[in-house]
Amino acid sequence: MILFKRAETLAGTQARTAFLFLAPTFLVLAAVGLYPLGRTIWLSFTDANFFADEPRFVWFDNYLDLHANPEWWSALYNTVFFAVASVTLQVVLGVAFAMVLNVNFPGRKLARAANLIPLVIALTVASQLWKWMYHDVFGVVNDALTRLGLIEDPVAWLNNPSTAMWAIIAMSTWKFVPFVTLLVLASLQGIPKELYEAAEIDGAGPVAKFLRVTLPMLKGAIVVVVVFRMLDALRVFDIVYVMTGNSPATVTISMFARQQMIEFGLVGAGSAASVEIFLLIILGTVLYMRMLKVEDR
Amino acid sequence: MVQRILSRAAFYIVLAIGLLYILFPFYWMIVNSLKPSAELFATPLSYWPRQLTLDNYRAVLADGSFVRSIVNSLIVAGGATILSLMLSSMAAYALARYRFAGKQVTLYTILGMSTFPQIAVLGGLFTLARTLGIYNTYWALILSYMIFTLPFCVWVLTSFIKEIPDTLDEAATIDGASPAQLLWKVIIPLAGPGLVATGLLSFINAWNEFLFALTLTADNQARTVPVAVALFSGQSEHELPWGKITAASTVVTVPVVLLALMFQKRIVEGLTSGAVKG
Repeated sequence: MILFKRAETLAGTQARTAFLFLAPTFLVLAAVGLYPLGRTIWLSFTDANFFADEPRFVWFDNYLDLHANPEWWSALYNTVFFAVASVTLQVVLGVAFAMVLNVNFPGRKLARAANLIPLVIALTVASQLWKWMYHDVFGVVNDALTRLGLIEDPVAWLNNPSTAMWAIIAMSTWKFVPFVTLLVLASLQGIPKELYEAAEIDGAGPVAKFLRVTLPMLKGAIVVVVVFRMLDALRVFDIVYVMTGNSPATVTISMFARQQMIEFGLVGAGSAASVEIFLLIILGTVLYMRMLKVEDR
Repeated sequence: MVQRILSRAAFYIVLAIGLLYILFPFYWMIVNSLKPSAELFATPLSYWPRQLTLDNYRAVLADGSFVRSIVNSLIVAGGATILSLMLSSMAAYALARYRFAGKQVTLYTILGMSTFPQIAVLGGLFTLARTLGIYNTYWALILSYMIFTLPFCVWVLTSFIKEIPDTLDEAATIDGASPAQLLWKVIIPLAGPGLVATGLLSFINAWNEFLFALTLTADNQARTVPVAVALFSGQSEHELPWGKITAASTVVTVPVVLLALMFQKRIVEGLTSGAVKG
């Protein structure tokens, strides 16, 4: 009995200390995260803008206006298209490259180090760089493709609505393939060699080994990577903003929301768009955390 | 035998293409930053520069506002990282070592905050910064960056601290150490490498941030490097300042790449534990 009581007090002290240690973090996160979020939600129900003094409460008007705005829907379409296409490419190329880097060859360490470079370059820097590479006259993309005989005339990749989105997707793939490679590589190293030996004894060829052993063992890592990358891709802002500005062919939901809010001064309308983006991402995050829990077990 | 040579060759071809794709833009940035503008704007392009010059670097570094933006970035990213490390080491210690009700919820709330779309807090932060009078100052950026640096640090440090054997804690407690002393004298020194990795990644993330920096600053008083690079433009639409842009990009990229290569192992650990474990 006494023992029990003592354990209880210990637990109580622990909880109190834990609370004290966590309090500063929570205070800061509440101030910089929850409070501004609450404010954005509140503003989304008002007609707040830079020009009127007193915001009026307008219920769901901003949301109704948003849904009636074809520009919002086209921005949403662009964003989803970008996210699905770029993440698919990143995962396919990332897995392939991880398989290559998993093989023992001289210089493997250097190749793995090189893989980190695109990851740590600032997105705006990378975007400017690729914008230059896509330049119609002096861009290296046109130059290389012309020399290889793949195109006859230079293409204005970013100014042409039919190629602009793909050009952006190619850049984002370059930037994030290394991320997928890194995570898949970590997971590849955890696959026991015996599985491959057993498959070989059963007479499996390289393709069968990949499909029957490697892929199933990578499934968990790939699912997490896909969700992680998707959540990031749906928030895309920097790349598109720098490479094509507010061009309607590529404008994304985050750009749309910021434009309404900051550039047009329509704080209420922009906040409504922001809240919808938030809900979209939160849905994805909940999904992601569920997967992590599954991973933990 | 022939088959083996063929598959070897195929392997090296795939490897070469992969490396070319990953490294070429980086190479292209550096090479173009060293070309004189006559060569930069000459077709067909030179893949191997005929003439090297530091003119672009001189032009960029003579530009006071660009140098200022580097200083701004150092202060803002450094400030956000130091503050985050201080707060998160306490929080991570509690999460790694203590048992208390609602721990899972706490952990997942913090993780959830790191996935907040920045745009969802942008309007709120913008109006808040103006109300508080910190718009266009370092504090606006340092505080807003805590939204992603702090949860990231908590999450990664928690997994690092969990790997430190807790028998050390017990020994120190028996010797009469308070929880604060324990954290400061035992955990922090042992978690040193973890702190370095976490701090570096957090610094890189803050250094690279764009949306808040673009929206919460008005001029080069607090403007950071990514914004400066993104807003680089010529005097007219026809002037293409690519020499300066590539030089500026090289100046801000090479140190980060060198840091990443130097701390490669730790960076990879931080990145993988930041994503897969959380």
